[in-house]
Amino acid sequence: MNSKRSRRGLALWAGALAAYAFLYLPLLIVIVYSFNDSRLNAEWVGFTWHWYAVLLHDQDMLGAAGNSLLIATVASLSATVLGTMAGIAMHRYGMKVLTFMVMTPVAMPEILLGVSLLLFFIQVLNLTLGMISVMLAHITFSIGFVAVVVRASLGGLDESIFEAARDLGATPWKIFRYITFPLILPAVVAGALMAFTLSLDDFVITFFTAGVGVSTLPLRIYSMIKIAVTPEVNAVSTLLMLLTLTIMIVASRIAPNILRWRA
Amino acid sequence: MDKTNKMFYPARLAKWAVSGPPFIFLLVFFAAPALIMVLASFRYPGEFGGLAPVYPSDPNALHGLTLETYGFFFSDFIYTEIFIKSFMVAFATTLICLAVAYPLALLISRSEKKRRDLMVLLVVLPFASSFLIRIYAWMILLGPQAALSLLVNSILNLFGAGPVQLLFSPFAVLVALVYVHLPFMVLPLYTNLEKHDPALLDAAQDLGANAWQRFWRVTFPLSLPGIFSGSVLVFIPVLGMFAIPELLGGTGDMLIGNLIKEQFLVTRDWPFGSTLSIMLTLMVLACVWLAAKLGGRRRRHE
Repeated sequence: MNSKRSRRGLALWAGALAAYAFLYLPLLIVIVYSFNDSRLNAEWVGFTWHWYAVLLHDQDMLGAAGNSLLIATVASLSATVLGTMAGIAMHRYGMKVLTFMVMTPVAMPEILLGVSLLLFFIQVLNLTLGMISVMLAHITFSIGFVAVVVRASLGGLDESIFEAARDLGATPWKIFRYITFPLILPAVVAGALMAFTLSLDDFVITFFTAGVGVSTLPLRIYSMIKIAVTPEVNAVSTLLMLLTLTIMIVASRIAPNILRWRA
Repeated sequence: MDKTNKMFYPARLAKWAVSGPPFIFLLVFFAAPALIMVLASFRYPGEFGGLAPVYPSDPNALHGLTLETYGFFFSDFIYTEIFIKSFMVAFATTLICLAVAYPLALLISRSEKKRRDLMVLLVVLPFASSFLIRIYAWMILLGPQAALSLLVNSILNLFGAGPVQLLFSPFAVLVALVYVHLPFMVLPLYTNLEKHDPALLDAAQDLGANAWQRFWRVTFPLSLPGIFSGSVLVFIPVLGMFAIPELLGGTGDMLIGNLIKEQFLVTRDWPFGSTLSIMLTLMVLACVWLAAKLGGRRRRHE
């Protein structure tokens, strides 16, 4: 009986290990080949920093990186403010219409938000596509992610604290400033970091709302890999992964529940 | 009484101060564009792409609203065919994700408590790489000179079959779709499995159920809500995918997403692009409705 159970456990472990290998092996290969002294991503030739040097002299890539960071900063800060408000409103007042508008952009295929914003920017606002349109689009899809994290954090709080504060005569602003906000701050920061990485990595919605005027890192990577596979892409991917990985680990330290997704 | 009256006004003010800004922002940048897209699907395409004006200066030009694009969609079976194909691809992706994710989620939920968070983190971390990087990884892995292609072709050679190309094939598209969406299946499954009471399994064992029966009659039925929410999270994004078929698929691997992208950026027939988007939206809504209905029926049974 016991050996049978351990054999079953072993099978489960083997399956899980295969799944983890499936998740990590492809990314590992991208990283390893970024140090490969060969133009082809096919076999290991020797170690080199060459592709990182190429990257540092690629003006288009550096420009795209600058745009990406600027867009991600503006979009994540705005989405954090709006998303936190939305999270509080959804938790406190229900507000079905608001909840619908917050959650739908997260749940729908990204391409739908992308093309509808493209239509809206050009047809209604008569806006030239560029930095501003990309920022507005990124805020729109990030609000939901921040709101979900904030709402989950509010849901875990003890309501009697607020009742006590009200009974003691605190105004809504005082309750927010001295009780609610400090308690949900970790969720707000984690939500902000999440919005930042989402904006930094977004391809689909940026693709439709950037026009020809502005390039971001994912757009630049896309146009490169459409033509050919080159180790320079491996190098920029490795750096981008390192950055988002750091941000995600920090976020998960600040608010461990962020991993629970829809907790 | 006096006190509650005084509280009433600031409380209502607070409600609007908190919900107003995100409400207005989303009304403008989510609801309005969605509405514009619905309207655009009933309009004529412009002479140079985009939309024709509803009230043009030349009264003989095509103007007003029309059902033409919807008629066009059903006039050629190829569009319906692409929709059916996308549906099948999304369905296959969901099933494969479920098959890969289930053992993993089960193992995590039955591990020691302190190890679980790390194991979940390891599932989420590949998210830390851009969607495009994850596609690019498969372009390398499936490339003609990569070890995987060489291995497959040398095995095929033993059986006398000709060499195959892994990249730019439906196989590459499916692998990448599963790869990109796998965490969406693992997380809801794990969240569900983690909540199961182990006493139920002990009880089943005491009553003589073997391992298979314990899984099939206890764990699996209880995990159905997790399976449904995971399936929705995988199925819906796959329906609208265009980058994976474009970068990893061949010319025949077009899905709805590619069709929509082409109408907006290449052909520039915006009314037809909008029509396709509306059809996709309806398909997504139908799937969500179905999943909610199936999930709801289960809950009533319990």
